[in-house]
Amino acid sequence: MGIGSRIPRVDAFEKVTGRARYTDDFQMPGCLYAKIVRSTIANGKVLSIQTDQARQVEGVVEIFTCFQVPDIQFPTPGHPWSVEPAHQDVSDRKLLNQRVRIYGDEIAVVVAKDPLAAKKAASLVEAQYEEYPVALTPAQAMEPGFPAIHEEKPNNILAHSHFQQGGVPFEEAAAQPGLSLVSGTYQTQTVQHCHIEPVISSAYMEGSRIVVVSSTQIPHIVRRVVGQALGVPWGRIRVIKPYIGGGFGNKQEVLYEPLAAWLTLQLGGRPVKVELTREEIFSCTRVRHAIEFQLRTAVRADGRLMARKFTAWSNQGGYASHGHAIVANAANGYRHLYQDEQALEEDAYTVYTNISSGGAMRGYGIPQLCFAMESHMDDVAAAIGMDPVEFRLKNCMRQGYVDPGTGITCYSSGLRECLEKGMEAIGWKEKRLAAKDQNGSLRRGVGMAMFSYKTGVYPISLETASARMILNQDGSAQLQLGATEIGQGADTVFTQMAAETTGIEESQIHIVSFQDTDVAPFDTGAYASRQTYVTGMAVKDTAMQFKKKLLEYAGWLLKRPQEELDLRHGKIVEKTDGSPLLTLEELAMNAFYNLERSVHITAEATHHCKDNTFAFGACFVEVEVDIPVGKVKVLKILNVHDSGVLINPQLAEAQVHGGMSMGLGYALGECLRYDAKGRPLNGNLLDYKLPTAMDTPELEADFVETVDPSGPYGNKALGEPPAIPVAPAVRNAILNATGVALNRLPFDPQSLVETFTEAGLIERREAEVHV
Amino acid sequence: MLEIIRMTVNGEPVELAVDPRESLLDTLRQRLGLTSVKRGCEVGECGACTVLVDGQAVDSCIYLTMWAAGKHILTVEGLMGPNGELSPIQTAFIEEAAVQCGFCTPGLIMTAVEIVGTGKRYTREELRRLISGHLCRCTGYQNILNAMERIVEEAYKKCGA
Amino acid sequence: MYDIQSFYKAANVKDAVRALEANPQAVVIAGGTDVLVKIREGKLAGRDLISIHDLPELKGIFMEEDGTILIRPCTSFSQIEGHPLIQQKLPMLAQAVGQVGGPQIRNMGTVGGNLCNGVTSADSASTLLAMDAQLELEGPKGTRRLPLREFYAGPGRTVREHEELLTAIRVRKEDYEGFCGYYIKYAQRSAMDIATLGCAAYLRLSPDKTHIEQLRLAYGVAAPTPIRCGKAEQAAQGQRLDQQLLERIGEAAVSEVNPRTSWRASREFRLQLVRELAKRAIAQAVVKGGGEIHA
Repeated sequence: MGIGSRIPRVDAFEKVTGRARYTDDFQMPGCLYAKIVRSTIANGKVLSIQTDQARQVEGVVEIFTCFQVPDIQFPTPGHPWSVEPAHQDVSDRKLLNQRVRIYGDEIAVVVAKDPLAAKKAASLVEAQYEEYPVALTPAQAMEPGFPAIHEEKPNNILAHSHFQQGGVPFEEAAAQPGLSLVSGTYQTQTVQHCHIEPVISSAYMEGSRIVVVSSTQIPHIVRRVVGQALGVPWGRIRVIKPYIGGGFGNKQEVLYEPLAAWLTLQLGGRPVKVELTREEIFSCTRVRHAIEFQLRTAVRADGRLMARKFTAWSNQGGYASHGHAIVANAANGYRHLYQDEQALEEDAYTVYTNISSGGAMRGYGIPQLCFAMESHMDDVAAAIGMDPVEFRLKNCMRQGYVDPGTGITCYSSGLRECLEKGMEAIGWKEKRLAAKDQNGSLRRGVGMAMFSYKTGVYPISLETASARMILNQDGSAQLQLGATEIGQGADTVFTQMAAETTGIEESQIHIVSFQDTDVAPFDTGAYASRQTYVTGMAVKDTAMQFKKKLLEYAGWLLKRPQEELDLRHGKIVEKTDGSPLLTLEELAMNAFYNLERSVHITAEATHHCKDNTFAFGACFVEVEVDIPVGKVKVLKILNVHDSGVLINPQLAEAQVHGGMSMGLGYALGECLRYDAKGRPLNGNLLDYKLPTAMDTPELEADFVETVDPSGPYGNKALGEPPAIPVAPAVRNAILNATGVALNRLPFDPQSLVETFTEAGLIERREAEVHV
Repeated sequence: MLEIIRMTVNGEPVELAVDPRESLLDTLRQRLGLTSVKRGCEVGECGACTVLVDGQAVDSCIYLTMWAAGKHILTVEGLMGPNGELSPIQTAFIEEAAVQCGFCTPGLIMTAVEIVGTGKRYTREELRRLISGHLCRCTGYQNILNAMERIVEEAYKKCGA
Repeated sequence: MYDIQSFYKAANVKDAVRALEANPQAVVIAGGTDVLVKIREGKLAGRDLISIHDLPELKGIFMEEDGTILIRPCTSFSQIEGHPLIQQKLPMLAQAVGQVGGPQIRNMGTVGGNLCNGVTSADSASTLLAMDAQLELEGPKGTRRLPLREFYAGPGRTVREHEELLTAIRVRKEDYEGFCGYYIKYAQRSAMDIATLGCAAYLRLSPDKTHIEQLRLAYGVAAPTPIRCGKAEQAAQGQRLDQQLLERIGEAAVSEVNPRTSWRASREFRLQLVRELAKRAIAQAVVKGGGEIHA
């Protein structure tokens, strides 16, 4: 039991029997269905809307347009609220918008008795627009004279941040004699989370209060934002979060809960469901930001980094959502993993455009950064003829590092060991050598990439979590949290933590999986790979208190000093030799019903976390490139992680597999494409190439277990990191195999054939462009 | 206008009035409360709504309920033993940590039932192909394949013996 | 819930034809994997459906007296793939339909639907085209037969009249005996995808397996409809099997096709695939036939 054991997931039984209830399984009797009417332009203003024809559809209850919603702008990202106005999230949208900024923006909503009537009626709502030009990229949106997408930002730059360290400007440091200068432009694409459960929420009223059931990672934040969006006191909102079918950051966003809540408020409290189609999820929820990086580096012949310059433009899409935080995180990550001897200059821009809004997605800017940075580091190593791993080890973050920007400290690092394990497993030296001088159409190569990743959001934002334990009559206990299970296994590892610290076995700890903001302790939710670290500390504090109270009561009951007692494997025992004295059931029955002293034993603690630490890892890949048809076959792929102590190694491995698969999709094919008018071309699961089982190789996960002194159990971030290093590792392996550097994601077959043709690996045949 | 159809669902004869415009997914979820059948894409791309119709895995979102008349439908709700014991497939999914968010799980389990039902032995590569009609974003399919491999092997040995 | 005006379950082929004749707006639905998706998209919304989903007379695979293989159109892809007659006589068809969508789609989708929706990407179409498949249509005036190569009228269009049903797909003995074939579905994913290009190489080797006696080369997505490459086929006839021959065939094929640029793939990329897949599919077919390509 406890930390390090491979216990099965606590929710597995519910899930394999189909009994696990998700948001759509909570349908209220008499539920109405909402269908959103979406703009058919990507940039402009709604002039008028006609609903007469739509109202004729049988089953339509009501239609609301953008001219009827409250004039309240609200923020949507799942950040802890900031009490300082300067740090508050950007409020740049309403429930329905007259000023539309993306194709498919919400301009009206139909509520009907059945989904088909709602859909039919929505298709009959007509709107007239004033149209503006469409910007798909930051460059287009920043062109002089391009109309402001949000009037608050006339040049469409949502934010710009600058960072400099080393005291010397980059140009000056780079101009010193004897340095090699390497520069590159690296471009990442727009991708989507593709949680299999759709975006869905429903709302109804109980008395004067609004109840929202939602597939969300952040129930307590949903409550706050619903309150803000509707102008309703937050205490009148109750949010229930059932099991959720994946989130990956898209549900670290308050998407349609405010609309559902407002609709029920308009309709006398009748239940209303808002469920999006897959197509709507692709274009109208959130995506991973496409970011362009320009990197310049001056390096000494011995491999030491002297100076670097970083410039990045992040494509925000139509609404701010998490906004600049993403590319700012990328800039921080660039600073963290490698250290320059003399200078580092960073500029990051976030720019509004008219594509789908960028938000949080597993890794929060670091997968984009890692692609650019780790591609670039291979290019730099190649420029000075150094082995890429040796080069990295010479310049990477070491234990004891303190980030000058945030104070985040590297308390533990297994990065070197991760690299050693990876090299050994992939056969690095031999295969790098064997890759030289190939000339067939099938070529093999190996590549790698590494990363560092913070654990949680401190000190950029608040980190706070709380937990509660309650004793039952049979000696078992409830564990209640505001932190959420979203598939990653949080409930299981929290149970293990509580077992470890209390001495009560996992089978006797009943975690309350569903968050109901009326009773769940406060926690900001599942994001930033924070829960095992931040919430974990709250669980530990709570469990310690709970155990202390149990021992105190046992001492009273046994008439013994509590210092002589311990709680092990669910029994009160002699501390010295472990001999049993009392079962927890006996203790609990007394605590409940003893006529002399009845105490309902509970414990609750808040952990306000003011610390952070770095997790590390690397990906090693061997590929075979089929040059004439542009296909990359992954022959072997291995992620090695230092996430500190593993709470549950089996679930940790599973988490790594999923991240690797997401990383492979990012590398080899996923890309949400738009036409010139900003309409998504492939926003469905057929045309958007999420990898199937046949596209996925065997995934190998390995670990280096450091013991991080700042983590509650020596643990640090694991949830997001596995997705981070895969794409650049694949890129570097293709470079090793073919000599061709690919600097634009994804490496889909057509892009590969085009690049290989430019590089002369495929014969160019002008003649065949016949008519 | 509703029409009466008869079919067998999880071993029980069922007679019910359905709208001919309903998909089997609609009917199983809304009329019969079989919420293991998940709606993920509505166009047969994700596989979350997979059920067995006369032993064959189909995407119930693009299968009209009218076609199910006279047929045997099996969902995950129909897999447990009389005393609530799990089927070996379900046990394998738990023990191999093949479950994460759980949304694709019931559909994959139904495909596993179809595969095991053939009594054949399959290589891991063949199994990849056989589960390729299911999208999963959490697992990279690795532990799902481990569970599949194990149950197929167990079933094959049982049949062989 | 689908936006369907009415649902009619045809009792048999004659009944379906009658129902079609009576309603010019009606749509035939068989496996549903295509029609229902189009209804949801709005393309076929609000129409009357005539279901031939479970008509026994439209299902099954048989060998006729003269050795012709008869495939009824409502046979599912997985039934075709697993059928012993197909595996023995038309293995390339089994290979092709085994790459349609994913397993559930193959359990539901039908070969007749794959042909009748008229799309150039249909995996069964290029394959059956290489086999010179013969179709039978039944309408109010009786049945008519025509070769598959005369079936396509343009992208997404066929010569099937509104009130006609496809009732049989036949491959004659002379079109499979002695042939070996290989189908390559080139798509970005290995499952759940539509072909970026499909290439069916179907050929007969000389008795000593050193020469190609006859080649049939068909593509999907290389033109608005599935097509055969006559010049490439002629270029191969009686030629010695070597790498140069493959190059020549690939070049000839490129001169005959006419792929278009779409956001899915450019014309140039598809042309590169036309050349490359011809070589690969022929080489694989030769291996299946027991021959080898000389350097």
